[in-house]
Amino acid sequence: MQFWAQTLNSLALGGLLFLLAAGFSLIFGLMRIANLTHGALFMVGAYLGATLLKVVPSLWLAALLSGVAVAAFGGLLERFILRKLGGNVLGQVLVTLGIAYILADLCLVVWGGDPIPIPTPPLLQQPLRVAGFMFPAYRLAVVVVALAAAIGLFFLIEKTRLGAMIRAGVDDMEMARAVGIPVSRLFTVVFCLGAGLAGAGGVIGGPILSAYPGLDADMLPLALIVVILGGVGSLVGAFAGSFITGFVYTFGVALFPQLAYVVLFLPMIVVIAFRPRGLFGKFPA
Amino acid sequence: MKKKVWIFVFLTILIFLPLISGEFFVNLASQVLIFAVFAASINLLLGYGGLATLGHASYLGVAAYCSALLSLKLGLAHWATAPLALAGTTAMAALFGLIALRASGLGFLMLTLALSQVLWGTAYRWVGLTDGDNGLRGLTRPAPFGINLDDARAFYWFTLAVCAVSIWLMARFVDSPFGAALKGARDQPRRMSALGYDVWLVRWITFVYAGFWGAVAGLLFVYYHKYIHPISLSLTNSAEGLLAVIAGGSGTLAGPIAGAAIVMVLKNYVSSYIERWNMLLGFVFVLIVVFMPEGVVPGAKRIYLRCRQRFTSRT
Amino acid sequence: MQAALHVQDLRKAFGGLPAANGVSLSVAPGERRLIIGPNGAGKTTLFNLITGDLVPDSGSIRLFGEEVSRLATHRRVHKGLARTFQIITLFPKDSLEHNIVLSLLGLSKARWNAFASMRDSAALYGDAQRILAVVGLEHLAKRPVAELAYGEKRRVEIAMALAQKPRVLLLDEPLAGLSREERGSVRQLIGAIPREVTVVMIEHDMDTALDMAERITVLHYGCVIVEGNRAEVVADPKTREVYLGH
Repeated sequence: MQFWAQTLNSLALGGLLFLLAAGFSLIFGLMRIANLTHGALFMVGAYLGATLLKVVPSLWLAALLSGVAVAAFGGLLERFILRKLGGNVLGQVLVTLGIAYILADLCLVVWGGDPIPIPTPPLLQQPLRVAGFMFPAYRLAVVVVALAAAIGLFFLIEKTRLGAMIRAGVDDMEMARAVGIPVSRLFTVVFCLGAGLAGAGGVIGGPILSAYPGLDADMLPLALIVVILGGVGSLVGAFAGSFITGFVYTFGVALFPQLAYVVLFLPMIVVIAFRPRGLFGKFPA
Repeated sequence: MKKKVWIFVFLTILIFLPLISGEFFVNLASQVLIFAVFAASINLLLGYGGLATLGHASYLGVAAYCSALLSLKLGLAHWATAPLALAGTTAMAALFGLIALRASGLGFLMLTLALSQVLWGTAYRWVGLTDGDNGLRGLTRPAPFGINLDDARAFYWFTLAVCAVSIWLMARFVDSPFGAALKGARDQPRRMSALGYDVWLVRWITFVYAGFWGAVAGLLFVYYHKYIHPISLSLTNSAEGLLAVIAGGSGTLAGPIAGAAIVMVLKNYVSSYIERWNMLLGFVFVLIVVFMPEGVVPGAKRIYLRCRQRFTSRT
Repeated sequence: MQAALHVQDLRKAFGGLPAANGVSLSVAPGERRLIIGPNGAGKTTLFNLITGDLVPDSGSIRLFGEEVSRLATHRRVHKGLARTFQIITLFPKDSLEHNIVLSLLGLSKARWNAFASMRDSAALYGDAQRILAVVGLEHLAKRPVAELAYGEKRRVEIAMALAQKPRVLLLDEPLAGLSREERGSVRQLIGAIPREVTVVMIEHDMDTALDMAERITVLHYGCVIVEGNRAEVVADPKTREVYLGH
């Protein structure tokens, strides 16, 4: 039972990590920006969701609204600050780091220092009975949502024109520009998409993690590990990396609680040692 | 020749500083010097190697923890804990370098960040070893040749001596043939390979060397505070070091030292007025990057010249 | 007699596209070999495979009989291979002198010295002056490379490559982007390269290059189409076919 419970926890964490890391990976793959604000965007989403839930009845609606708000913020960030620093790679990293700090402190000011719990949706509060075992229904729901997001993203990237433009940009930016792809607009769209996913992810993760100061600092290294392990610019990589990391972290914490962080980054080291581009990366980070 | 005169004057001022200032100021100066070594070591990688790192606090923190743990848990004296801490941290830098240098540019940055975060998280969680969020207290300062370093002035002069030697050795490093190879690898790695240089090895050696000096800063740090906490391993600490380099300008050795002074003074004075140090740090990052990307010192000069030009062209 | 450079069945594909499709060639010691072919024929790819910047999918590369296809680029340089680049990649902010000294240091054990000052290596700076004198640029020794004319930069680049005392020198389009006079002085420089150095050159400028070569290899879509001396290559109908429309 313990094993299955941990497995479900791993899957749920993996799902959350996917929502977080998919955006990071796309932004990095297309725009070559290591968006260090990503953890903060997740956290802001969680806090916004917690507040929205006071007026909005459904967690999923709150997640959607929160995602849109964070996406809009991301768009502004990209359009007015990051774009001005095009080509200045270190500058972009430092700016995203700076914004992360500003957001983190803003959250402290607005929401205070105590963790804010996010209630599980009432329909999913009852445990589900599967094959004689009782499972927390919400975690199953998170896995389903993450899968749905993965399928949606996959469809977007592989089957739509927008996706084709993104893939072209990831493969060869110069060529993409040369064939007339509106790169600037594409950047903004992708950044919004990534930010929105992170923001919505924060709300969806809320019932499991809640919203607390330091959530951003806890999530950012996980996003990094997923993307380095899974490979940059690849949805499949983000998917694989998320679930591998979810499993390793959950079982790691259970088996070696004090060395959880060390266990966490072992797969990343092993993969990097043999394949600098990660499992499915388009190019080495 | 002129440069040597400036250095001499500067050193003389620094040596006589404690005789004309109160204890608070002397302690602040000690902190600036320690931070200067830290920032200079980061600049070996950033400015001279072209490798931006967000994980340098690892070396400062691990050296500090090693020294603390070896004395608290094993009861070793400082003449033993110092070399052991330095050796252990440098070995860790060698290992981390092997991992981080599998990539360059952003990948390298992300790897250094990820590795550093792992240490930070472990320091909090491995409560049995590090006492987690409580940190390790009750540490002592060494007493070289029997001199009591608990006195602020004595500690300052000790720190000044170590800092001066560190910066001097780093200066020789960047001016040497190896330094020329490093700078060449930063500018044109393909050309350097075509000239027979092992670019990876040059970078790895620099990484280890920078880690060593980070460890030296770490020892000074733990001696000064007589306390170590996981926050010293945090991204914020690495970022502040990076900020010092960027504020002062990464093109020279003097830049990080000036930047360290700026950041430390800001931290000590401003943080007593402003509660939100992190937010201020964030704003400073954004402002410097957007308005003065080449560093505060060269950037201020540029803005001053532009204002003066505009003023004189009007009159 | 052992070949200076021997490439056997070299293959390299990018995605589905074969840039090198079973290239074999053999250059005798002291020979002046020209490699030509239309754009996209795989000439620079071939160079990059020989120098080690690219790893071949299969095939072998031998330098004076020694198999080097698994060696890193800088190792091959120590075996006597030198190259110039199509796009000049000197160090623009550094002085001319410094660029040459870097080139000389690359093969010297002194490059690992992390303590002595660069200024201490007076011998190196003396050698650098001598090399600059050969290309007539010693009066510009202390000036940053960025201030030089393109043709002068190209001559410096070749001088740097020769300073490495290579056994095999690869020149990647040395005449590209040069004015007529500049082309003349670079031609002269290449013509004066001692016989101990085997020279393999990629060039587009046919009129100039055909004179400089003893044997010519024509590449097309990653394969060797024609090989021979100038008369043979010019007469061969395959050569004209490949260049039709160019």
